[in-house]
Amino acid sequence: MPAEIPTTLLAELTHRCPLHCPYCSNPLDLIRAESELATDDWKRVFTQARALGVLQLGLSGGEPLLRKDLEELAAHARSEGLYSTLVTSGLGLTRTRVERLKEAGLEHIQISIQDSDPEIAERIAGVKSVRHKQAAAAIVRELGFAFTINVVLHRANLDRLGEIIDLAADLGADRVELANTQYYGWGLENRSALMPSREQVERSREVAERAIQRYRGQMQITYVLPDYYEAHPKACYGGWGKLYLVITPNGMVLPCHGATSITTLTFDDVRKHSLAWIWEESSAFKAFRGDEWMKEPCRSCPRKAVDFGGCRCQAFALTGDAANADPVCTLTPLRRIVDEALGEPAEVLPEYTYRYIAGQPQSV
Amino acid sequence: MRVIAQMRLDAGSVPELWRMARLQFDSVRQQKVLLYPEGAVLLNDTGAAILELCNGKNTVEDIIEILAERYQADVRPDVTEYLELMAERELIRAG
Repeated sequence: MPAEIPTTLLAELTHRCPLHCPYCSNPLDLIRAESELATDDWKRVFTQARALGVLQLGLSGGEPLLRKDLEELAAHARSEGLYSTLVTSGLGLTRTRVERLKEAGLEHIQISIQDSDPEIAERIAGVKSVRHKQAAAAIVRELGFAFTINVVLHRANLDRLGEIIDLAADLGADRVELANTQYYGWGLENRSALMPSREQVERSREVAERAIQRYRGQMQITYVLPDYYEAHPKACYGGWGKLYLVITPNGMVLPCHGATSITTLTFDDVRKHSLAWIWEESSAFKAFRGDEWMKEPCRSCPRKAVDFGGCRCQAFALTGDAANADPVCTLTPLRRIVDEALGEPAEVLPEYTYRYIAGQPQSV
Repeated sequence: MRVIAQMRLDAGSVPELWRMARLQFDSVRQQKVLLYPEGAVLLNDTGAAILELCNGKNTVEDIIEILAERYQADVRPDVTEYLELMAERELIRAG
């Protein structure tokens, strides 16, 4: 038995997506369709993941519904005993496909919404999508799936947090996940357009707290504040290489979905190695597992057992060294980098740089 | 649907697992787990025994009686505390 047993696998089945959200958590360098893993690769990997201890599977993307084998993959995951969540935009989630997914044993569907205001929602998504999402939500609800709405929050929608939560309840969600944008990859590219003000964040916190009380017993609400406005970093997925792994569309295994942004790391391929070998031996997983790699102030800090030094991707993106403390932490002098970003004047908001796979048309 | 934590958890309450939660034996960890959207609870034998009885039919009093008989012990405080904890986490609910 390995020292750490993972609980969760996020399978990015494809990077293709009908939406072009400027905060997409996929990397800037998106994988093209021709490099995607085959059906049998994914099935083998799901079997290996369960044998390694994984309990939760995220069938994600991009838009996972663009994989024609999604139902087959969901059925295989269920037969292995995995609890699967489909993470979808809702586009392409027709009644036929929802019924097939139900039959396949999928248990939980998560649909993203961009805003309660339809016009702004579609401006953020970069595509007509609101009606499709509403229709998809109704079908998911009707067929009795566990149903989560997830929303990425930022400057343009944070002031409507209350309306957004009410919309999630109207759509029949059992859960709503509200997370402020994380600023790496596409989010960092669009940071000055997406970053909310401190006042917006403070108001949103109160709105969220009231809603959590009001909807208790009907809809679970989780609210993640923007880490730039917090004093300490987030404990990224419970520590590097501890509970979580991500597989990219072309079979690279990552300790978190942003890890390819750390250009000093190399990743291993599920077509060349077993998942168990990669979990134990891949240099990318070993790089920041435990606390041996830490520098000061993390190394001697009691909080290292709480937040594990924060986000490695954020440390790399903002300081150029992934072994530094996450610069959102107020205990490191590197915090000035985050404070400078928060002090940037944003009188005139820049246009979004929308997420596109290189070579796709650029107009929205 | 109401949540136990919002009402007084009394002997006549009929707890059941959240409809989105599923109990399963994990052959890797050799223990039972409760799986639900974005989460999992690894259960010890007692926890699993309690949750298996939360089937929407047994009252809290039934569950206490069954387990007291099975373990030949006063299980009331432990069972009550466990049910309250799971209700607080909204993993069991009263129909």
